Amino acid sequence: MLSANLSAIFYLVSGVLFILALRGLSSPETSRQGNFFGILGMIIAITVTFLSIGNFSTGFVVVLIFLLIGGIIGAFIAYKIPMTAMPELVAGFHSLVGLAAVFVAIAAFLNPEAFNLGSPGNIKLGSLIEMSIGAAVGAITFSGSIIAFLKLQGIMSGSPITFKGQHPLNAIILISIIVITYLLCSTQSSNLFWMLLAVSFLIGFLLIIPIGGADMPVVISMLNSYSGWAAAGIGFTLENTALIITGALVGSSGAILSYIMCKGMNRSFFNVILGGFGATEQSASTQNKEQKPVKSGNADDAAFLMKNASSVIIVPGYGMAVAQAQHALREMVDTLKKNDIKVSYAIHPVAGRMPGHMNVLLAEANVPYDEVFELEEINNDFANADVAFVIGANDVTNPAAKTDPQSPIYGMPVLDVEKCKSVLFVKRSLSPGYAGIDNDLFYKENTLMLFADAKKMTEDITKNL
Amino acid sequence: MEIDPFIFRLSIFILSIFIGYYVVWSVTPSLHTPLMSVTNAISSVIIVGAIIAGLAGNSDSIFNTSSIFGFLAISLAAINIFGGFLVTQRMLSMYKKKKKDK
Repeated sequence: MLSANLSAIFYLVSGVLFILALRGLSSPETSRQGNFFGILGMIIAITVTFLSIGNFSTGFVVVLIFLLIGGIIGAFIAYKIPMTAMPELVAGFHSLVGLAAVFVAIAAFLNPEAFNLGSPGNIKLGSLIEMSIGAAVGAITFSGSIIAFLKLQGIMSGSPITFKGQHPLNAIILISIIVITYLLCSTQSSNLFWMLLAVSFLIGFLLIIPIGGADMPVVISMLNSYSGWAAAGIGFTLENTALIITGALVGSSGAILSYIMCKGMNRSFFNVILGGFGATEQSASTQNKEQKPVKSGNADDAAFLMKNASSVIIVPGYGMAVAQAQHALREMVDTLKKNDIKVSYAIHPVAGRMPGHMNVLLAEANVPYDEVFELEEINNDFANADVAFVIGANDVTNPAAKTDPQSPIYGMPVLDVEKCKSVLFVKRSLSPGYAGIDNDLFYKENTLMLFADAKKMTEDITKNL
Repeated sequence: MEIDPFIFRLSIFILSIFIGYYVVWSVTPSLHTPLMSVTNAISSVIIVGAIIAGLAGNSDSIFNTSSIFGFLAISLAAINIFGGFLVTQRMLSMYKKKKKDK
């Protein structure tokens, strides 16, 4: 049996390894090593826990069995999941962390002796507060992530669900969580504990349903952050350094990603959380749409334009992921490169349904990461490029964000696609994007619309090159 | 006057938030998706608590209510640990630099 001090040191080591795991992600070269540090930290944490309990009886075997069951399911998912489904996967994983936190809190509440927290009905006050926070945040993470998962998966409509009195209701529930926690701590009643969990599940559900599918990058990051705070809450209860460090790391990581995503949309965090974006704007945009003329072309025209270009910038968006067009796109780019055309990719911070989604898809299609650029890095290059090839993106190219103060996306950083000599827009129809607003770019003199499925169009262009 | 150990844990927590803040800002935006999947995996270190709960039952009754919740939590966390690290590994192995031929 490992002494408490020695195991605490090992937990610290695994916490440090987790920090190094995140540090490794500062560049793709060091990232694989970082992931290895993460795995090592996890192995140390689990081994130390077994050794410090020192109980290798029947219970140990049962634990191993459950560990293996989970491990096999996890490994299976990790190998099978297509890269386009990464947002759903991450949302699903968040829900599991949340639920695991809830279960651990329940176990600790029912059997506090095992965790040195006192006896049932007489749990130490500090531990009970920490436990309640961990359980509540875990429950919110769980139900919120389930909704996010259903929306991303398309099982539930991506459009915001709003109803009258939503915000007052949420406020009342949030206040009741605080009241229940207070009462729980003063009475130690298990009924109140269950009530706390039920109400937290409910609020997680209510908080996410009004948020539209397009705001998912913020939601996923936010739930990422919540799962961290839940872990930290449990970490305080268990007096476990590894868990506290990790919780803090994950919590701040998710918070920073939410901030970056909000900034990419020029919206305040509260604006996103309060939800309902997209539902109100739709009606305003439909009026002045039909009249303007649009130039549309086919794969042949597009191929001609690109063949005569000397530099092409590709702007991928969520539509590319939906059409699974990333491989076809890379083949097109290969052909272009053979003709000595310079090609680069421009990624908007909120392209796709989660942070960095486009980068992963392009990496999957074997696009070297040093050809892929962020908005600030590449935005000045559009003026010197011949062709911008917009595939599955819309709002992130809308010049109205710079010129029209009335536009709901005014002030959002956009890619200066219109500065290119010509713009190719692969899109299924003229329908507005998620923000529900029209894109002036469609009607510009130098824009050629390519109405087709992104994958099919890209393949046709390649044939015509 | 003795300092409550809680204060030390709080100090670790607060300092870790700052470490997290600076470390995460240094993550390159193109790796934000792997960042999310790996944070997912490491936050499942909560399995430590689940194992303690699972092993708390005595030899007569391995399965009491508390330990059953522990066992379930072990499986949930294990899905995340294996799934999270492996999918991160899979993603990271796809990031390649431009080949310097021709």
